[in-house]
Amino acid sequence: MHNFAYHRPETLSEAREIFAGAADPLFLAGGQTLIPTLKQRLRQPSDVIDLARIADLRGISIGKESITIGAMTCHADVTASADVRRLIPALGHLAGEVGDPAVRSCGTLGGALANSDPAADYPAAVLALGATIHTPDRTIADDFFTGLFETALAPGELIVKVSFPIPKRAAYQKFRNPASRYAVVGVCVAETASGIRVGVTGAGACAFRQAEMEAALSASFTPEAITGIAISEEDLNSDLHATAAYRAHLIGVMAARAVSAIA
Amino acid sequence: MRSSIHAENASRTAYLPSSNPGPWAYAQGDALSLVELVEISLTVNGTAHTLEVEPRTLLVDVLREKLRLTGTHVGCDTSQCGVCTVHVAGRPVKACAMLAVQADGEDIATIEGVAKDGVLHPMQAAFREHHALQCGFCTPGMIMTALALVERTKDAPLTDAIVRKELEGNFCRCTGYQPIVAAVLAGAKAMGSDA
Repeated sequence: MHNFAYHRPETLSEAREIFAGAADPLFLAGGQTLIPTLKQRLRQPSDVIDLARIADLRGISIGKESITIGAMTCHADVTASADVRRLIPALGHLAGEVGDPAVRSCGTLGGALANSDPAADYPAAVLALGATIHTPDRTIADDFFTGLFETALAPGELIVKVSFPIPKRAAYQKFRNPASRYAVVGVCVAETASGIRVGVTGAGACAFRQAEMEAALSASFTPEAITGIAISEEDLNSDLHATAAYRAHLIGVMAARAVSAIA
Repeated sequence: MRSSIHAENASRTAYLPSSNPGPWAYAQGDALSLVELVEISLTVNGTAHTLEVEPRTLLVDVLREKLRLTGTHVGCDTSQCGVCTVHVAGRPVKACAMLAVQADGEDIATIEGVAKDGVLHPMQAAFREHHALQCGFCTPGMIMTALALVERTKDAPLTDAIVRKELEGNFCRCTGYQPIVAAVLAGAKAMGSDA
């Protein structure tokens, strides 16, 4: 790991100020991706700005129609939250499926979303539940994930919190890589106030919605309604873990399992 | 936390093997004259320490190289294997995936603090009883993960399936896990958990 200057601001404005004044800064959330990345020298920041002591970025608050989770809330706290488990059980389940217990102690919601790893779990839920990402200056909804490790965030823009509307029902099913516990493919299906939404992760460059399945499930919320939908393997990921064709097939299987769980 | 530039200290730290923070910490291309040492305070197994570290120094390297607590092992150094698991503020953490500066001010528990007065902790005794180790390299991480698991699930029955899921981040390449799972269940029971 190359050396860097380390900062641990206690307020959001202080964090942004340090970022603005540094040559090549990076924000540090839970570090479960960033620290291995620094070790491999894939990133060599001049300054690392640790967000762990900014109290405003932590916590879970329950509203009438949504749950709002601070960006620096770790997966262990989300999966252990009785409120999350009661109101959006799919989200509590998903958080408990990320990595392993030690990763969940550190890894955060905001870090996972800002990283937009193609195999991360949370992005599927963000899309399926119609979550809103809050930054200090604006809110971002459907168009947050823009590509491989790419998001709509501008340089220096931070996620403050994420609001998840409470769905009528939702489920997340994932075919995981047994070694890394990342999703080979993960599908989150939700019936929300604005209709049926299907979020897919692990399959493409970033998480995406599956419109055909959403339409079919809107007509009939049964696993049978989507079994006939052929998913194109075009633009899907192919690597040593799975071919694009295999991932295309898995989208159907995981979606059907998610629907079965709540139909 | 105090941050300051200690150019003289930095170059001394960099070249003296006696304070070597790890074989991978220094390589070509670093501007050693600009290395910034940061003062941190850690409470490890109940003992307070104040140390100066580079921002890039991993927690596991501070524990092993500076505090000489070598029971916490480094296996993969890619956060996969779990042998470096310690508790930070009561939670299991892979000490190879946390900077020492991130742990500033925290309470840390390592395998060295588990046995009391020369008597094995019930979880350690269960590992011995159930032959849950052969080479023993993964055992410190297994024990620390198991203790955190029992603490977190003490109000609910612990099952074979839960133990297997919770041990996903800890690799053993000798025993095949069967005796480890048996040991964790027995250790949890001995600790008074509802296993």
